[in-house]
Amino acid sequence: MDRRQFFKLCACGATTSAIAALGLMPGDAMAAPREYKLLKAKETRNNCCYCSVGCGLLMYSHNSNGKNAENHIFHIEGDADNPVNRGALCPKGAGLVDYVNSPNRNKYPEVREPGTNEWKRISWNEAYARIARHMKDDRDANLIEKNEDGTTVNRWLTAGMMTSSAQPNEGGFITHKFARSLGLVAIDTIARN
Amino acid sequence: MTNHWIDIKNANLVVIMGGNAAEAHPVGFGWVSEAMQNNNAKLVVVDPRFTRSAALADHYAPLRSGTDIAFLLGVIRYMIETKQVNYDYVKAYTNASFIVREDFEFNDGLFSGYDEKSGSYDKESWYYELDEQGYAKVDPSYEHPRCVWNLLKHHVERYDFETVSNITGTPVDDYEQVCKMIASTHTHDKVATFMYALGWTHHSKGAQNIRTMAMVQLLLGNIGVLGGGVNALRGHSNVQGATDMGLLCQNLPGYLKLPNDQDVDLQTYLTNYTPTPLRPGQTNYWQNYPKFFVSQMKSFWGDYATASNNWGYDWLPKWDLQYDYARHIDMMYHGKVNGYFVQGVNAINSQPNRNKVLKALTNLKYLVVMDPLATETATFWQNAGDFNDVNPADIQTEVFRLPTTLFAEEEGCIVNSGRWMQWHWKGANPPGESLPDAEILTGLMHTIKDLYAKEGGKLPEPIEAINWNYSNPKHPHCHDVAKELNGIDLTTGRQLDSFTQLKDDGTTACGCWIYSGSWTEAGNQMARRDNTDPSGKGITPGWAFAWPANRRVLYNRASCDVNGKPWDPKRTIVEWKNGKWQGIDVGDFNMKLNPQESAHPFIMQPEGMGRFFALKMLAEGPFPEHYEPVESPIGTNPLHPKVVRNPAVRILPGIEETLGTHQEFPYVCTTYSVTEHFNYWSTHCRLAAISMPETFVELDEVLSADKGINNGDWVRISSKRGSILIKALVTKRLQPLKVNGQWVHTVGLPRHGSHNALTRKSYTCNVLTTEVGDANTQVPEYKAFLVNIEKAEGM
Amino acid sequence: MSDKDIAASSGLSDLNPQSRIRRTIPKIAKLFDATKCNGCKACQVACSEWNDLRAEVGTFQGSYQNPMAVSADSWTIIKFNEFVDDNKKLRWQFTHSACMHCEDPACLTACSTKGAIVQKSNGTVELNHDKCVGCGYCVSACPFGTISLNPKDSKVYKCTMCADRVQAGQEPACVKTCTTGALKFGTREDMLFIAEKRVAQLKERGYANAGLYNPKGVSGTGMVMVLHDINKPESYGLPADPKTSLPTTLWQDVVKPLGTAGILGAVAVACVHRITVGRNIVEEDDPIAYAQQHHSHPEKTDKE
Repeated sequence: MDRRQFFKLCACGATTSAIAALGLMPGDAMAAPREYKLLKAKETRNNCCYCSVGCGLLMYSHNSNGKNAENHIFHIEGDADNPVNRGALCPKGAGLVDYVNSPNRNKYPEVREPGTNEWKRISWNEAYARIARHMKDDRDANLIEKNEDGTTVNRWLTAGMMTSSAQPNEGGFITHKFARSLGLVAIDTIARN
Repeated sequence: MTNHWIDIKNANLVVIMGGNAAEAHPVGFGWVSEAMQNNNAKLVVVDPRFTRSAALADHYAPLRSGTDIAFLLGVIRYMIETKQVNYDYVKAYTNASFIVREDFEFNDGLFSGYDEKSGSYDKESWYYELDEQGYAKVDPSYEHPRCVWNLLKHHVERYDFETVSNITGTPVDDYEQVCKMIASTHTHDKVATFMYALGWTHHSKGAQNIRTMAMVQLLLGNIGVLGGGVNALRGHSNVQGATDMGLLCQNLPGYLKLPNDQDVDLQTYLTNYTPTPLRPGQTNYWQNYPKFFVSQMKSFWGDYATASNNWGYDWLPKWDLQYDYARHIDMMYHGKVNGYFVQGVNAINSQPNRNKVLKALTNLKYLVVMDPLATETATFWQNAGDFNDVNPADIQTEVFRLPTTLFAEEEGCIVNSGRWMQWHWKGANPPGESLPDAEILTGLMHTIKDLYAKEGGKLPEPIEAINWNYSNPKHPHCHDVAKELNGIDLTTGRQLDSFTQLKDDGTTACGCWIYSGSWTEAGNQMARRDNTDPSGKGITPGWAFAWPANRRVLYNRASCDVNGKPWDPKRTIVEWKNGKWQGIDVGDFNMKLNPQESAHPFIMQPEGMGRFFALKMLAEGPFPEHYEPVESPIGTNPLHPKVVRNPAVRILPGIEETLGTHQEFPYVCTTYSVTEHFNYWSTHCRLAAISMPETFVELDEVLSADKGINNGDWVRISSKRGSILIKALVTKRLQPLKVNGQWVHTVGLPRHGSHNALTRKSYTCNVLTTEVGDANTQVPEYKAFLVNIEKAEGM
Repeated sequence: MSDKDIAASSGLSDLNPQSRIRRTIPKIAKLFDATKCNGCKACQVACSEWNDLRAEVGTFQGSYQNPMAVSADSWTIIKFNEFVDDNKKLRWQFTHSACMHCEDPACLTACSTKGAIVQKSNGTVELNHDKCVGCGYCVSACPFGTISLNPKDSKVYKCTMCADRVQAGQEPACVKTCTTGALKFGTREDMLFIAEKRVAQLKERGYANAGLYNPKGVSGTGMVMVLHDINKPESYGLPADPKTSLPTTLWQDVVKPLGTAGILGAVAVACVHRITVGRNIVEEDDPIAYAQQHHSHPEKTDKE
């Protein structure tokens, strides 16, 4: 602290104290904490989507469980009952609310037509119809039913799938059934990397 | 993990090597902290970098990336030489006394059976000598020159302190200290746990890295006991589940095998994968393979699977080659693939050799990206300056971007590293029109089914047969699918209690045998939330469900001696008492058998023993051996200069030319995650972006002084495959290491770059990385490749 | 916690008489054990998440540390320091940096505005934004550099010890989320007991100089810290001997009574605008104060 600051400090102290003494400041309000924001929020148990420790989460949204509120998750913290994390979360987990509510979430099915430079919003039905058309045309043209030795192999190599390692098992099983029933061999997860 | 996160608190020594738990699994690391404070455990960290884990270690030892096998084989040599081996355990529960075939050899870096032309082994000789009944011969006296113990001793003799230090760059003092600490747990009352992750898998010999550690643990008697084990810290939240679900090119759910061209019919297939015991009286649990498989086919094809059509066996695709993503992207690159689905993966940022992936995607006719976030993969056709220098008009790929839910918006089960199947619940609707992946694939499946029904086409049968017979076939509820995974008795319609009830006659259906017991008639066991830990050892049997059979510690029969007495009474998991088995965990053996009958704890092996000698399981040999990374900073292998790198590594045509030499690219680059981020996902999360806004490269002080690079300067890093601009972090935490007479510098590159997110725009590390990977799994060598580095002008 | 729980207030030389009634409220504290911290920043993120703070996304500053300093929208950060100890052993030290909730808070002493800074019966130091005039003297006075002026609204901000959570019976967000147990929360008595035991354990494990950082110059703190080497707090980015600086004490004991007496009152009223609006930001031409606010380097704090 230098001399100039010292003088200013004195002046400031004198001034503000004097104002208070003259009754210009509100008198009684003392610091009160912010209102506790989770009071009756809906609490949902979940697990962190990042690594494989499997930390338990408590997710909070505004809802009395009534039918008319659209849940919006506004806070996520660790589930203290979960024996693996006992309430703790790493920085990624502690920041999950911004992941769920990221401005970069996809919202609608979209297509980028060949050679163009933009996304076009489409309906789910259009997405299904167009993708299924591509798949069937390709599969009908390229499915290998028998190998050179005449063994039935029923493999479709001109299509493949890189599968999610964050979706639940149930989605994973549906993915497996989807892929193998069509004859896909080249399926892989990020488990390899 | 053979054990689970909480169990780490029971360890006396924690070795973090091939991973960085404090950084990548901080909450799991909390249990290390617990062990250190409450169990007086010591922490050893071995890593090329002084990491956040190293910051809390009792002892840190640096090593050159890609030399873990040499390091650990030296530990084995030290333990054998100083007789710090848990001999009781080794004699009882490992294949040390088994006799290996006479024609097995190891000379000058190569095992017997190598074919130079194909770059692979004929593994015939990598096997036990069998007697007339087909059982493996053993020599309990350990005198036979070809018993595994003597072969192992001979194999590791070369790895003395100086040799190891010369390869790894670890100073001898540091190395000796690590050896002593690890070896000290060979007694029955001391246990070490090893925690590893991608730091061991991301190598051209990743599987062997892990295997060498498993051998150390067997020698110490540390597998199957509380506080011990082989503990893979898995990456993604449900990568364990995805693996359980068989989402790999050669798998079916529950670690069953997708048939290949040699499995010409069902009978051949079942014979090939149903092992016969290699010693008398074995549990040999895979003998039940046909029950698991037929039940799975009933779940796949429903009523369409009958004995007369071999349960739909022929409808399964069969593989002739391993179509992992590296091969498939290579095929795509060469124009042999038309359509590709990318589900919840930012492929263009994640997969090695970004420039190649970009070209590959450009060759597709259609690409379907299913993701909750706007990934760079979906927008690979958009020009982003130097980050993605393309002309959209030239790219004829039709790209669909389908919005998916994420964890908070869906219900279901994910499996953690400790095999806990934890159920979670939906907290909110997703934004816009997003749908769960299962719902989207169901929509597509029905559209395709309709098309085939209407138009006919090639092989419509499996498409018609695939069983979507859920309560609501158009919108399968996760409860239905979870019940399907558990399995059902088709005669009574009741949920199965356990996989022991599975049959191979088509009367049971089960999607994934190891999940049996997770949703029984008693309801959803994964949703259980009783966190009581009656023993205080971290076993919480009422919390969720741990596959298999709610077992928390695998191979726990090995925690007792042959007579069922715990090696260490303080670590009792199960014990034989008053004529029966009892304990705090579900026994990993048939608890109806007496101790002597069940004294083969590794029940999934046909000889029931832990293997020092791995038979034909791995591509590059039954014993681990030190090979250099495919891009070696010393350009030779000090042990056998003629065999420098892993001789069984897969090099696709044209790939050799994409590998750099140490003359051109003198520095080792290693990639990793930092705590604040999760791959590319969290780059879209503002709080994560604030806490680590921009990626960087870490350099040691000597190298940066040589290059005139100051902290914060822009640098250009290049490999044979590309180059990136990035800011430098100059640190004491990296040190040059003396290797084979030269100084080797390592640069560290976090993998969180992104040009389309909330963090600062930056390049991704995969511009530099090679697709060449582990000879077994094809996991790419992200942890040890060569680069050059120069000071640069900024962006 | 209502106004009945105020133990001390800025702008008053006496205690709030009401607080004397509630003698059973124990002092609370956070214990930060630097020897258990893995520098993961969970506390930092959980603080911002709970308190609905979002700093601007910064840039790489040559360190894992980011943001580089606490600010009005970043109340807790982890500081990263590479340090070679006496045995030539490299240490990477992480410091949980947030308001220390001093027993004798320099900020409160420096503040002349009645009720703008208060100390609660439980020992925590809180700000009242209705009262804060943004003069910034608390910022200059704080020996830890953990209170910051927000140029947007001319108010100061800092860690509240999650007063809203504590009032509802919960631990602060940073403590709950801590991955390694490096942060603990409880009564000050319990925290000191745990810290003492931990220090003894560390000595057994070879850290001969392990010790408790609970600086006397501010009569102890509501966040106490266990360090590997108590003789080198600077290596953690902590001041060696933090205290309420001389000018601040002078102000409290000499200048304020003068002001209250109204002798300078007339002059002061004329200056109100100048002080409360015109120059309430730490000046950038004052390198020390500026550095303290933006980088909070301990060496610089010490020179004050």
